[in-house]
Amino acid sequence: MTDVPHSDRKPIVRQALSIALAVMPFGLAFGIAAREAGLNIFEAMGFSSLVFTGSAQFAAVSVLSDGGSAVTAVLAGALLNLRSLAFGVALAPVLKGSRWFRATAAQLMIDEAAAVGMAQEKPADRRYGYLAGGLAVFVLWNLSTAAGVLFLGAMGDVVVQAGIDATIPAAFLALLWPRLSDARQRTIALGGAAIALGSVPVLPPGLPIVAAGLAVALPGRRSRR
Amino acid sequence: MSRAWVTILLLTAATYALKAFGPMVLGGDRSLPSRLTRLADELPAPLLAALVAISTFTSDAAWTLDARVIGLGAAAVALWKRLPFVVAVIVAAVATALARAI
Repeated sequence: MTDVPHSDRKPIVRQALSIALAVMPFGLAFGIAAREAGLNIFEAMGFSSLVFTGSAQFAAVSVLSDGGSAVTAVLAGALLNLRSLAFGVALAPVLKGSRWFRATAAQLMIDEAAAVGMAQEKPADRRYGYLAGGLAVFVLWNLSTAAGVLFLGAMGDVVVQAGIDATIPAAFLALLWPRLSDARQRTIALGGAAIALGSVPVLPPGLPIVAAGLAVALPGRRSRR
Repeated sequence: MSRAWVTILLLTAATYALKAFGPMVLGGDRSLPSRLTRLADELPAPLLAALVAISTFTSDAAWTLDARVIGLGAAAVALWKRLPFVVAVIVAAVATALARAI
């Protein structure tokens, strides 16, 4: 490490681009899911540019697709995204700047941007990594959403035959995976899955996902304080 | 306004509030009450697991068992082998397609 305020930024840009490329299939899958839920291209792009939070978008669209209400869809999406609160707290110290800068930068507070940012050592690099990761994902996420709606969504049967419908649970599993190495997280994850599936026949669409949050009340030592 | 746009606008407000709380409200290195931090840390696991379960084992709000299970299993193997996110997702699609073709 040298005394310059920041390191060579090429590796950070590479991280940002690879994570953005990795979310592209997920963006395509979101476009397909949106199309299958009956959304038009403007609504799908509204989700990807304004909401801009993968898991919340998927949750909300799956609630809408099952005939759930807007309120249920918002509740499911927002609860799922409580973690961006924690990311924001973790990154607040490096995201200093004018009110406008912070207000704009905050829109990028998603898993991938936070991960690239928090992975860097120096504060200036954290800020750079967060912004690079966030912008790269924002652009590719929106492009892939549009591609999913326009080019893949029109082929519903092909999608099912090509197994693209299985990319959604696989992507959720991939997001969940790193947490499963921790015993406590494994317990509450299994509890949440059980609560959700068990309540499907009795709760209105979308609410089983929200009910799964009750699994945090399961007894056991809380990890990663 | 369509149900989709109502959802988009309300969800944008809700997620943006969560995203912006840190950068806009917390000036220095103050931290959240520990109970809230723990909740934010623990909620994603059960909620994501619920999404996995619901998107694999249900269709139109009813229990279903189909080839998506094969895809999920294949993705789990790929992730267990430490293959990247993209590979796991592609593996799931391929495995599901193969299961349906057989």
